[in-house]
Amino acid sequence: MASTTLSPQAQPAETTRRLARVNWTLVLGTALLLGIIAFGTIGRLLVSREGMKLGANDFAAPPGAQIPLGTDPAGRSVLVMMIYGTLPTLTIGLIAGGIGTIVGASLGLVAGYYGGPIDTLVHSFADILLGVPSLLVLVVLASYLGDMSIATMSAIIAFFAWPWPARSVRSQTLSMRELAHVEMAKLSGCGDLEIIFRELMPNLLPYIATSFVRSVSGGIMASVGLQMLGLGSLTLITLALMLSSAFSSAALTRGLWWWWFPPTVVLTLLFVALFLITLSLDEATNPRLKAARAA
Amino acid sequence: MTRIGASYFVRRLLVFLFVIWAAASLNFLVPRLAPGDPMAATLARMSMSGDRMEGGAEIIESYRARFGLDQSLGVQYLKYLGAVVRFDFGYSLASFPARVLEIIGRALPWTVGLLLTTTILSFGLGILLGAFVAWRSGETAVEILAAPFVVLAAIPYYLLALLLVYALAFGLDLFPSGGTTRIGASLEWTLPSMLDVLHHSLLPALSIILSSLGGRMISMRSMMVRVMESDYLTLARAKGLPDRRVFLWYAARNAILPEITTLGISLGFVASGATLVEVVFSYPGIGYQLYRAIGNSDFNLIQGITLIMVISVATAILVLDLVYPRLDPRITYTGK
Amino acid sequence: MRAMINDDREAVLEVDNLQVRYPTASGDIVACKDVSLQVYRGETLGLVGESGCGKSTLAMAIMRLVTPPGRIVQGRVLLEGTDLLSLKEGALRQLRWQQIALIPQGAMSSLNPVMRIGEQIADGLRAHGVRQSKAQMRERIQDLLGTVGLRASVSDMYPHELSGGMKQRVCIAMAISLHPSIILADEPTSALDVVVQRLIVQTLMEIRERMSVSMLLIGHDMALQAQVVDRTAVMYAGMIVEIAPVQEIFSSPRHPYTRLLVESLPSVKRRKPLRVTEGFLLDLRDPPPGCAFQLRCDLVSDACRSLEPTLRHVGPDHHVACHL
Repeated sequence: MASTTLSPQAQPAETTRRLARVNWTLVLGTALLLGIIAFGTIGRLLVSREGMKLGANDFAAPPGAQIPLGTDPAGRSVLVMMIYGTLPTLTIGLIAGGIGTIVGASLGLVAGYYGGPIDTLVHSFADILLGVPSLLVLVVLASYLGDMSIATMSAIIAFFAWPWPARSVRSQTLSMRELAHVEMAKLSGCGDLEIIFRELMPNLLPYIATSFVRSVSGGIMASVGLQMLGLGSLTLITLALMLSSAFSSAALTRGLWWWWFPPTVVLTLLFVALFLITLSLDEATNPRLKAARAA
Repeated sequence: MTRIGASYFVRRLLVFLFVIWAAASLNFLVPRLAPGDPMAATLARMSMSGDRMEGGAEIIESYRARFGLDQSLGVQYLKYLGAVVRFDFGYSLASFPARVLEIIGRALPWTVGLLLTTTILSFGLGILLGAFVAWRSGETAVEILAAPFVVLAAIPYYLLALLLVYALAFGLDLFPSGGTTRIGASLEWTLPSMLDVLHHSLLPALSIILSSLGGRMISMRSMMVRVMESDYLTLARAKGLPDRRVFLWYAARNAILPEITTLGISLGFVASGATLVEVVFSYPGIGYQLYRAIGNSDFNLIQGITLIMVISVATAILVLDLVYPRLDPRITYTGK
Repeated sequence: MRAMINDDREAVLEVDNLQVRYPTASGDIVACKDVSLQVYRGETLGLVGESGCGKSTLAMAIMRLVTPPGRIVQGRVLLEGTDLLSLKEGALRQLRWQQIALIPQGAMSSLNPVMRIGEQIADGLRAHGVRQSKAQMRERIQDLLGTVGLRASVSDMYPHELSGGMKQRVCIAMAISLHPSIILADEPTSALDVVVQRLIVQTLMEIRERMSVSMLLIGHDMALQAQVVDRTAVMYAGMIVEIAPVQEIFSSPRHPYTRLLVESLPSVKRRKPLRVTEGFLLDLRDPPPGCAFQLRCDLVSDACRSLEPTLRHVGPDHHVACHL
């Protein structure tokens, strides 16, 4: 039959082609993200740690020529703290998001592919976890664990990060299970693992990628939340930690805006960047959205 | 067709009970599994800071009695569950002799008020905007209107709160940056007092609304797009029905269904976010109390607040789940 | 009912040089390329072709329901003399359903899942000025349902409670509710099993008898065409390649594609080998010059590869687009 319409389920080749065409949302988001990463990495090479030491400069000095973003009440340069705090913030997101996506996608794949009791178990568990205010449970865990390393904090955050990818991957797997080429593979006697990796995985990659970005964003959000409450990792400087110290020192009422405002801006930009990337990935995997915009 | 039957209803109820039980058990297990014994550490600390001593002995006693610390773990667990069922969370470690329930009781109305209004407003407005943007998707004016909300959706509530504080409270001095009343004023049921409260509550509410709105809008818009391609939409148009009817009763009415499910899922997230907004604004809800409890290592209060929050969110989800079949005739109480 | 073929018959629906394009990233897909046909009063015109030849697009285009980014780039659609394509939205909406109705292809999914059947039928009536009391409306709807062989209780049901055949019949009931001049039936039996198909066909034929409504019956089932229609138009790759009274299509098909279609009908009487078509499928974005069928035609000549054939008169009421 002559094919006159594109199939509703975007093939991965189509998806890549779609992405390759200039997608301003993606470009903007990635540029922003890269900018922040550069700030946190290259910045370290250019600026020394000295400015971050206690008592390095005047206490609670407003922004000036010498100290671009002022200092906190302990005399630490806000700019330096921000530069050195960015990478840990990103790392937390990466670890938590990474673990969450790997675990979630695997569970989702298995649940979607095998169905039956495994599926019910995974699916119900994921749904339940989604309905719980995760931050609060994290609070309970964190309050008892006291000060913890970045790795530990990421690990417990990851526990709440896996349901989303699991759900997304599962629903995709369910619909792909019925596809012709999968049936063919089964009929020709391919083993389950082979089918999963050869037939399903390539089509799932866009969804896994989207879930990953979402999880990273969620992970950073959770870590910021924990730290702002005074929990989680308390020693290594992160952007969120700056905010929380600002709060516990009543920076708002004291008018020390340069202490909490800049980290807020950077964090905001980070979330916006990740969000834009998620949005463009969403459009790529659901081409109808793009068509609706173009119409 | 809407007989309250076994399957659906019972299942939802079981999940509800399970979640609460799991949260309570977590509260029970974590302190006992944590390295060291935080309770002992706290009590030790308290006994060393003289002026807090006056409650010390009683707290230890009540704790011992409530949890039967000298008895087996199993018995402790049962006693604990029994206490939870009676909403007996014990005494606040930091504000003895206040009971945890009292503190929560005073703070909860503030939080509920904030969350209820913001959720209803952001859901309602978000749905309408999303549906509208999708319906008129070609027009640039509409796209431009929608764009800022999309960006806002990216920003977590509390960060937005901070930004708003900077812009409106600090920079322009239009709104107060915290509390619920002017410093020194007391809370009364008089109009000036109420307006004052409203004035103070506006920024916290706004931070939550603006951000949730964007998310809701995007989600509704994408659902609408999907619905707009459906066969029943085509036939509705073929019938020559007026545009508004097709928009409301064929498109939006169908698109809204998954949004309600999403709302349920997002409630946990909203609750968490609102907590932090309260911290930013020193808004006396349970979020703020939680923050202070953490600072004071007031474990009883932390546990109590967490559990109450979990119960509240679970209840809200249960209510939504029970309402859903009324809106979608394909789901019945007996089936699925 | 076979209409008398005479030359002063009136066209209820006339399509002139209609072209519908779908822009894609790799070029425009021409779904309908210069389509012209007429449906005369009281007759049933069949439209056959394989999947993707553009027949459903044509139906949508006639009703001006082409989904963006597809659009109608040229042509006229005259319904009782009025050009539908140049009407404003408001006037078009008035005409829709009242003069021209659609029985959609996917009746399974064409009913609003959250609205009761009765309500869905009623809103079509109300949108076109029918003002009746609730009781009267209810009766009217029940009568309609009865006409298509459905119980009155269906009116209070939701679509998911009905079977495929019942849903299809609801769509038919809706289509006839305002006694339109012409009904476009887009593959009304395709998604149904054989037994139900027969019922639907019977219903359609009854309706036609009773209401003397003109019909455009779209499908790919030649056997169905033989039973129901007066004339048949054959469509391939967005163009009408042959149009003739249905007996002639079967007895003397002139276009190679029509011959393929006719011969593909399994016959109980003669055992014949299944004819498999050779050749490549057409990419509608980049069609070769000349006849669209050249890649699959076994009688192809040089002329076919260079010059595109247009419909020419080859017999009484018989037109073919072929060089042979």
